[in-house]
Amino acid sequence: MSTDTLTERPARSTLFDGLSRYIPIGATVALLVVMYLVGTGNYRNFGEPQVVANLFVNNAALLIIAVGMTFVILSGGIDLSVGSVMAFSAMSCAWLTVEAGIPAETAVAMVLVLGTVSGAATGAVIHYFNVQPFIATLAGLFLYRGLTLQISDRDVAIRDNAFFDWGMERTEFGNVRDGGFSLPNIVFIAGAVVLIAFVVLHYTRFGRGVYAVGGSEQSALLMGLPVARTKVGVYAVSGFCAALGGVVAAFSTKSADPLGGLGLELDAIAAVVVGGALLTGGAGFVLGTVAGVMVMGMLSTIISFDGRFSSWWARIIVGILLLAFILLQRVLARSGEKRKT
Amino acid sequence: MSALLDRSKSAARAAWAHQYFRRLIWPLGVLLVLIVVNIAVTGFDFIIPSVHDGRLGGAFVNILRRSAPLLLIALGMTLVIATKGIDLSVGAVYAIGAAIACQWIIGRDQMSLGVVFVAVAIAIAVAAAIGAWNGLMVANFGIQPIVATLILMIAGRGIAQLITGGQIPSVSDETPFVELGRGAVLTIPVPIIIAGVVLAALALLTRTTALGMLLESVGGNPEASRLAGIRSKSITVLVYLVCGLCAGLAGLIGAANLGSADANNGGLWIELDAILAVVIGGTALLGGRFFLLGTTIGVAIIGTLEVTIINIGLSSQWQFTAKAIVVLVVALLQSPEFRAWVAKPLRGKRPGGAPSAKAESTGEEALVK
Repeated sequence: MSTDTLTERPARSTLFDGLSRYIPIGATVALLVVMYLVGTGNYRNFGEPQVVANLFVNNAALLIIAVGMTFVILSGGIDLSVGSVMAFSAMSCAWLTVEAGIPAETAVAMVLVLGTVSGAATGAVIHYFNVQPFIATLAGLFLYRGLTLQISDRDVAIRDNAFFDWGMERTEFGNVRDGGFSLPNIVFIAGAVVLIAFVVLHYTRFGRGVYAVGGSEQSALLMGLPVARTKVGVYAVSGFCAALGGVVAAFSTKSADPLGGLGLELDAIAAVVVGGALLTGGAGFVLGTVAGVMVMGMLSTIISFDGRFSSWWARIIVGILLLAFILLQRVLARSGEKRKT
Repeated sequence: MSALLDRSKSAARAAWAHQYFRRLIWPLGVLLVLIVVNIAVTGFDFIIPSVHDGRLGGAFVNILRRSAPLLLIALGMTLVIATKGIDLSVGAVYAIGAAIACQWIIGRDQMSLGVVFVAVAIAIAVAAAIGAWNGLMVANFGIQPIVATLILMIAGRGIAQLITGGQIPSVSDETPFVELGRGAVLTIPVPIIIAGVVLAALALLTRTTALGMLLESVGGNPEASRLAGIRSKSITVLVYLVCGLCAGLAGLIGAANLGSADANNGGLWIELDAILAVVIGGTALLGGRFFLLGTTIGVAIIGTLEVTIINIGLSSQWQFTAKAIVVLVVALLQSPEFRAWVAKPLRGKRPGGAPSAKAESTGEEALVK
């Protein structure tokens, strides 16, 4: 049935149980630490707390979107529409406040509701009509990019808006000059999203349902779990996160770019996989995704600190990292199969 | 063995032809409607080819010529999808193929035919090698196709930029290389010839030999095919290799047409268009069945759709929206659940058609299986 996506489900592996399920996330964290140590060892000023803080500032939108993607991937699906939904929600925020004169708070609320509803609609199409997630969300990718370009094919700037100024207002932790750092409000939004996602995934029925559906949809159905609600729910969560990502992007740049978030779905998927989640679903952690986003952020930070490497090395290294983590997962899964037989 | 195959083939041929026709009739109808709309707006010049400078021209021929790279990629993608796989890296391979050829040519004697041949050969060899790598990852390491090819989709454009050094290499307008994209043989544009030859070769290879059936059996159930004595691993590697090769060839045609290779934007999102074309053509993403002719019609639909939008006076921004609508309509039409849901009120049984009841019934069907 609809679990037969494009991919073969690997045999049941130790990635689901025991301590070895922490190996991929452990590897990600270790990698993060090594990268940080390499950075502080080689470059001046790399050790300043603000460098780490900036990882969160620059990647706040990606982090939020990757968290939503984690829900979808844990349930065994995929969401290609997030980049376009993000651009669409940033553009609608800008257009509603600047052109239509709607108060910013209302505009943001409308955008968030729209993102959630459209995500739920995608999930309903996927579940009830048995359309593959890849195709259903591909339609979303085209649809929202098209709608964004129809609203405006040029950048829309949001100026002199108190609500949108709030997003980049910084809270200082200690004096920035001597070892302190400051964080804008968007980082707290991202942090709240991660925290809520963590609690939902690990301590609620919905969260356990997500893991169960990702592990085996048929077993989840047999166990009497609400498969339909869970599958529609994860896409609604992803849609909400993508819309929120767009709002955060509008906060941080105070403008909306019709081509913003192009290819962002790939970054989000890569971050989730580097964070140790299995693309077939059922295994992974939202905190792993945070680590995955940090690895990718750290990578571009190191490249910009070094200056000798060109920007395209970032993509190649992300590809190599993906390869390494996927092979690691395969090795773990194989060794698990051997031990059990 | 072969006698058995022959008998089952001839017995199934009538049913097969019928099914083939039924699958093709929807996309063919859509294409005809699009063409009729264009003729209504711009007149019969749209469909009737004209000859300019010893080359076929006219709106529809131009659509076909511009769609040739997409057709090549979509044909390779059809075979990959037939084996229940997917290749997301074709856009990146397109960029790499274009980058290699252009970079090789600009550093040497641009007029020399030998240089162009070597450039084309290297580009195609590298593209095929990348495809084989994808295939190895899928077949030998057991990595899901979407993940295995995602790696190169992300890294590939970085590699292409590495090859070009972040520049956009432009070849001279006089080099024989540009003939690949702009030239014509016997007034037929070269891209159309290349795409046509590849289509014919693939169709002959898969439909007159057992290869096509083996492909479908691997897509239907790789483990069962292996037990039945089919070397499913080598077949998997082969289709990804062909897909990579087609993508590289498409990159060459694209680069030749433009006279340059843009590592960032060359072939951007072509993998999505290719998958779209394959799905429009009636090949389900679940594997086990493929329609090369359907894919060709799908490519023609996408190409004509883009022109139609301009012709009927909509802004080019409508392209994405129109594509989204096409994806949704095709996906929903192909979904048996959706058709049942739509047909339910018409039959008059259980009015209202609560979708949740539908979900339970599909669950029960799965249990019975």
